[in-house]
Amino acid sequence: MNLPARLLLVFCVFILAAGYWLTDFDAHFAFMGDGRWKATRAADPVNGKVLFSAGGCISCHASSGADDRVHLGGGKPLKTPFGTFYPPNISPDLKDGIGRWTETQFIRAIRDGTAPDGRPYYPSFPYTSYRHLSPDDAIDIFAYIRTLPPVSGKPPNHDLTFPFSIRRGVGLWKLAYLNGSVIEPEGNRSESWNRGRYLVEGVGHCAECHSPRNFAGAIIDEKRLSGGPNLEGKGTVPNITPDKTGLAAWSEADIASLLKDGFTPDFDSVGGSMAEVVRNTAELSDMDRMAMAIYLKSLPPLQGQMRSK
Amino acid sequence: MKLHHAVLALSLSVMATFAVASTAAIGERQQVMKSNGAATKSIMGMLKGEAPFDLPTVQKALATYQDNTTKFVTLFPDDSKTGEKTSASPKIWDDMAGFLAANEKFKADAKAASVAIIDEATFKATMPNVLKSNCGACHEAWRIKDAQ
Repeated sequence: MNLPARLLLVFCVFILAAGYWLTDFDAHFAFMGDGRWKATRAADPVNGKVLFSAGGCISCHASSGADDRVHLGGGKPLKTPFGTFYPPNISPDLKDGIGRWTETQFIRAIRDGTAPDGRPYYPSFPYTSYRHLSPDDAIDIFAYIRTLPPVSGKPPNHDLTFPFSIRRGVGLWKLAYLNGSVIEPEGNRSESWNRGRYLVEGVGHCAECHSPRNFAGAIIDEKRLSGGPNLEGKGTVPNITPDKTGLAAWSEADIASLLKDGFTPDFDSVGGSMAEVVRNTAELSDMDRMAMAIYLKSLPPLQGQMRSK
Repeated sequence: MKLHHAVLALSLSVMATFAVASTAAIGERQQVMKSNGAATKSIMGMLKGEAPFDLPTVQKALATYQDNTTKFVTLFPDDSKTGEKTSASPKIWDDMAGFLAANEKFKADAKAASVAIIDEATFKATMPNVLKSNCGACHEAWRIKDAQ
């Protein structure tokens, strides 16, 4: 082997090693130690139930064909431009669900988007938002899920188009876009505002649908919550910042009321995926719905698209 | 020559009628939905305890829902799938039977409610489910809102 060939070989090995490291999300945060996956107290399933509702876990993970709100067998196809996702079974079933998981594994799954075997989840699972949850809140959700009935059966594998079918590539995606941290209360804001921010930006993951995304499928931060095309098919998701193309004319009470009964101030009833979201937010307290409204109305107005009446 | 003109004129007028017909259907169904919204507005305050219960207003709203579902079945001709900023989902025409069944369910629920509701207690027990299982559920499956 001559020198240029050797150099090329070394270069290729280096690129492969770099690629391997770059796609390994855990490696980037290894310096933080295992503490990043530890809760500071015992789990509280009552709080977990509230967060489970706010997060709308059931909307994606419900058993295919079931219309109750407790069977988490997964499998309802989620069609996107990247292909069709089949959400996994997250019921406490010992074999097919997450019944054997530890708290650490659950925290890692929802905050890092990493499965117990180390593989990355696709960001259709909105861990970019769930990263704002504290490990304590994460184990509360886990504790609540463990009170639900186990469901047997595994949904099919995701059916994605190339290059999105290469799961390891998600590690690189995470390096680029999974950059949030636990949302801490801001002292100069009200308790309601802080609660609303935690619900909207964290577990409620409103921005995941109500924001435009870039070519890599990541939310465009400067346009966060200003609406965008519907990734699940035709139509437009509305702007929910207080701009005239969004919620400028709405009062906090109007927003809280929509989250409870699904009616806009014109007594139109929300449809599409939002109908399902309202089934979740209807389970929250009036205080929590109002907190979300207060936070949304406090946002800087961003221009979005007007929608047809 | 004259026959040609006549045929042309006839076909143009037929096309115009169709164009008018579809536009009219879209406009009419939008009016029907506005009327449903107004009826809902008239009873929502009572449901939230912000306005005093008034049985005639409730019965009027339920009658409006029933009338509107009767009108609704005629307002989705094949040539009204697109245009006029319609928010009707193309799924309606793919599964017309399913769509009409949803419309029929709303009509039956409104009719049953008009019999069941005799006072404030029966109103509060019956009405929320009529709204929840029809308004939101129907919009979830059959409507897609797009940019203007």
